[in-house]
Amino acid sequence: MNEDQRLIQFEARINAGEKIEPKDWMPEAYRKTLLRQISQHAHSEVIGMQPEANWALRAPTLRAKKILLAKIQDEGGHGLYLYSAAETLGVDRAEMIEQLQQGKAKYSSIFNYPTLNWADMGAIGWLVDGAAIVNQTMLAKCSYGPYARAMLRICKEEGFHQRQGYEIMAKMMAGNDAQKAMAQDAMNCWWWPSLMMFGPHDADSPHTKESMQWKIKVESNDKLRQRFINRTVEQAYHIGLTVPDPKLKYNKETMNWEIGPINWDEFWNVVKGNGPCNHKRMAHHIKYHNKGQWVRDAAIAFAQNETFVTAL
Amino acid sequence: MTKFIVRLIFIKCLKAQPICNDEHKNARYNFCLRLADNNLILAQRLAEWCSKGPILEEDLAITNMSLDLFGQAESFYDYAAAVIESNSSADELAFLRSEREYLNTLMVEQPNGDFAFTMMKQMLFSAYTKLLYESLSKSVDRTLAGLSAKALKEAKYHLRHSSEWVIRLGNGTNESKERVQFALNELWLFVDDMFAMDENDEALITIGVIENTKDIKPKWLMFIKQILEEANLQITSNTNSISGGIKGIHTEHLGHLLCEMQYLQRAYPGAKW
Amino acid sequence: MENANTQFQQWEVFIQAKNGSPFEHAGSIHAADKKMALQNARDIYTRRCEGRSLWVVPTNAIAATVAEEEAEFFDPADDKIYRTPNFYKMPKGTTNL
Repeated sequence: MNEDQRLIQFEARINAGEKIEPKDWMPEAYRKTLLRQISQHAHSEVIGMQPEANWALRAPTLRAKKILLAKIQDEGGHGLYLYSAAETLGVDRAEMIEQLQQGKAKYSSIFNYPTLNWADMGAIGWLVDGAAIVNQTMLAKCSYGPYARAMLRICKEEGFHQRQGYEIMAKMMAGNDAQKAMAQDAMNCWWWPSLMMFGPHDADSPHTKESMQWKIKVESNDKLRQRFINRTVEQAYHIGLTVPDPKLKYNKETMNWEIGPINWDEFWNVVKGNGPCNHKRMAHHIKYHNKGQWVRDAAIAFAQNETFVTAL
Repeated sequence: MTKFIVRLIFIKCLKAQPICNDEHKNARYNFCLRLADNNLILAQRLAEWCSKGPILEEDLAITNMSLDLFGQAESFYDYAAAVIESNSSADELAFLRSEREYLNTLMVEQPNGDFAFTMMKQMLFSAYTKLLYESLSKSVDRTLAGLSAKALKEAKYHLRHSSEWVIRLGNGTNESKERVQFALNELWLFVDDMFAMDENDEALITIGVIENTKDIKPKWLMFIKQILEEANLQITSNTNSISGGIKGIHTEHLGHLLCEMQYLQRAYPGAKW
Repeated sequence: MENANTQFQQWEVFIQAKNGSPFEHAGSIHAADKKMALQNARDIYTRRCEGRSLWVVPTNAIAATVAEEEAEFFDPADDKIYRTPNFYKMPKGTTNL
């Protein structure tokens, strides 16, 4: 079979709703796009631990502490599932981490914003995880088996993430003036960046068409973003939060909440590395990766000795 | 759910308790507080590792230990409050007491240091709690026995995890061996403090609530020596020791830990979170 | 492979949900030795009570068929319907068979 025939067969399988498995033939562009997307997704989970770990030691109650730690731990676990899914495409984790640290691989820009008050833990859970879940539910239907299966597991486990975030916001909006101010402040900080998480408008998104044809994505950025907005605006009003968008209005015909213009300059600026925490996040990752090197070396040295001893 | 069951158990048991006077109540309160404080402070220390582990898998493992210990702390605080029929919540006990009111042993408040230091600390402490909970799970105080039996499973796992790392590091590279030996030397200063007893303990021993911790120490030492031998490590000949945790006299590190942990509760008194 | 040292080798994790159930593949983890592999598997894949027993196997010890072999490996079983009980006709009224 030549390349063209294989491609036709591959696309027929995708159109028939079949899943592609690691050892199956796939076009190089499919493999590359997936690898870029899955590793980026894995890095996002791992880097995403940092803004929340910033509050792990200051959580205000024992319950809040346990929830936050379990959530950060889930994110690490999800990073791990995703690295595994990416490894099925023939690149090992060490190499992916190297690419991240050299700036060749990206992670979600949302994690380049700082967490400055406790309500930010609420906003991250409710808005950032909320946006992620909309995206991930779509990805659980993607054509690549290992990615779809990882997403399924992740969506199931993240069920509590958004709820715990909203619970924090609701409690603070029912609290004293200082708490309400913190909650609104967090809303103001995270609203727009979380809308940007869905990526550029469809018209400006070069990868979308091909990704949709191969079912790496099954819905467009704008459609997913609108779904998130419609869900979230009502939730904000329900607990008395103001959505920081003076142009926000409800369209009775389309039944959509229509937002004002997104500041894409800000988005691209953060993507390019100029967000408030880009430097800090990467420096932290590199620092602790390097600090762990002697531990990993020791474990490997021990394992090699042990094999030697058992062999005797 | 577990908490719910625990509550049920101790409501039942409180009635079934041998009659004890106020002195015993206070002694039990202090004893439970000490168990809770130990767990809380070590859990907080372990949480510091979040996003800083030597490899992702270990990051998650350390968080699991931290979560176990936070859970234990909460149960022992709840029970401490129930013993003296106080309305204090576990949160009040954790977030609104100051340094001198904390009764934890000095070992757990020591800063994490490097990974070797953290694992050595975890091993020395978990070996102690494993033996302690084994003994407490036979206590005539049925609630304490129940809580200890649950905590025992977790302590055993923490001991397994940390002692295996101590053995790996002790037999790893020259660097890891040096680091883990250093950790042992430093932490040995705080070993005696783990086994310290006061008049509260004496009172509880007489009514069979606890065993004499003097009986635990030789077993502990035997176990630790076994692991250290496997790890090729030597117990330092230094006989210095520092103690005071049981009287609320701590090393300088605890105050800073509490400052950070209690920040929101102290900054916004009365706020609900 | 020069950076293989930074992440340990890969292991596949199999979980038995409860006594008597089959061991099912859960995913993979990285670890330096067997004991570490078991503990990492426990810490990553059983946080929500997913299992009571674990197997770990070094990924490089697993042999797998590839998609191109699918037809010759598996199609020959297609027409062996006599391996299933429904293939056989029983006289009317037979019970306990």
